[in-house]
Amino acid sequence: MEKKLSVKHLLGITDLTREDIELIFSQADEFKEVLSRPIKKVPSLRDITVANLFFENSTRTRLSFELAEKRLSADVVNFSASTSSVKKGETLVDTVNNILAMKVDMVVMRHSAPGSCLFLSKHIDASIVNAGDGTHEHPTQALLDAYSIRERLGTVKGKKIVIVGDITHSRVAISNIHCLKKLGAEVMVCGPTTLIPKHIESMGVKVEHNLKKALEWCDVANMLRIQLERQEVGVRYFPSLREYSMQYGLDKQLLDSLSKKIVIMHPGPINRGVEITSDVADSEQSIILDQVENGVAVRMAVIYLLAQNRRPSNLS
Amino acid sequence: MPTLTLIDSKHLSLIINRLCYQLIENHDLFNNTVLLGLQPRGVLFAERIVEKLKEIKPEANIKYGKVDPTFYRDDFRRNDKTLVASPTEIPFDLEKKTVILIDDVLYTGRTIRAGIEGLMEYGRPKSIELLVLIDRRFSRELPIEPKYIGRSIDSYDNQQVKVMWRKESGEDKVLLLTDVE
Repeated sequence: MEKKLSVKHLLGITDLTREDIELIFSQADEFKEVLSRPIKKVPSLRDITVANLFFENSTRTRLSFELAEKRLSADVVNFSASTSSVKKGETLVDTVNNILAMKVDMVVMRHSAPGSCLFLSKHIDASIVNAGDGTHEHPTQALLDAYSIRERLGTVKGKKIVIVGDITHSRVAISNIHCLKKLGAEVMVCGPTTLIPKHIESMGVKVEHNLKKALEWCDVANMLRIQLERQEVGVRYFPSLREYSMQYGLDKQLLDSLSKKIVIMHPGPINRGVEITSDVADSEQSIILDQVENGVAVRMAVIYLLAQNRRPSNLS
Repeated sequence: MPTLTLIDSKHLSLIINRLCYQLIENHDLFNNTVLLGLQPRGVLFAERIVEKLKEIKPEANIKYGKVDPTFYRDDFRRNDKTLVASPTEIPFDLEKKTVILIDDVLYTGRTIRAGIEGLMEYGRPKSIELLVLIDRRFSRELPIEPKYIGRSIDSYDNQQVKVMWRKESGEDKVLLLTDVE
């Protein structure tokens, strides 16, 4: 059987099949090995140029993508909205088409508008990788999270994962739910009622408002940050950060009171002392830094597999 | 699709035996020599070579690994097939070692070139020798020649050599298929 991605762009986990995800993981394994070599680089993408378009702030994701591209030998151009002509009133399609006119093959984009990557994929001739579009999806984060669970626990299938925190405003939560479900995991979301979308059960997840109960149930807890920047202005989702942290923050005492050792994850950036305390984040049960490390390998796999759809310019 | 059996299991065993004795003749205890199977199909052949070498010369210090050429291939993005990588496992240093690169079928030489580039990332070997089971001679596109050959054959471009191993198909044999796309 020929192995091939079923998509031309990575817009969201919803478009991927389980086979796609497994192919990405198997290639990420090989790239992880490449990253452990003295020369952490392969020449595969030496004739590909990738534009990283970040219309929204990012440190980790952007660095991770840039490293992934460079380790594949691609040429990289970076763009951030704060220093660009977007401020002068240029539209998204115009901005991107201008960049493509400079012979760019792939676009990695983060944007605050949900669906912006899908929109772009319909208007331009380049492979698009979604690096987060508003509250919609953040597919590479979900892939690296699932990959890290697979690495730590051997498999994702049949494992119980709880996602704790601001589910309503989190694209990481949505992508994670889709990805984990496709791989056969059981998923639960946990948080205050105000931060859990109505009807989320229709995605096939359990809902729990008591953190202790949720943690007793799970094998893995993915602790999310409160997305203050996405919350509606003037709306109070909870009385105070202090109260949130008392109800939904994970500290060492709570962790040690559980009947089994669970795995702790966090997509970053961490607000230490709010959703997770320092001693938990730095404990041996935490795989937060493994997630960051795996992010580069997983993104290399995604870019490598998508790049194969692009013919070299002299042959197209 | 017309099929011709080039080598049967009895003959294949003789060939493996001969190749092993040739290797021992040149490398004795393999103190400064390592063996690398080329992914994916060359590994199956290399495993059989290693197994036989250990049987013939148990005191030899056989170091064996796998190298994957995928990321170094020159046909990346040039056809509709997705190039999928297999594991590279080189658990030793290649610096100043003699490397015996093992593949099942040598055809254009392009895969071997990619494999050589791949293994060079692990250090600068003293030399690299190529061992192949089947050499499809007169079809090379690069100046690459094997040092150890199981059997040389003449073949057309529309033919394909298929090497089967008992580990996966229950029987060792080499087939020549004609009228392949």
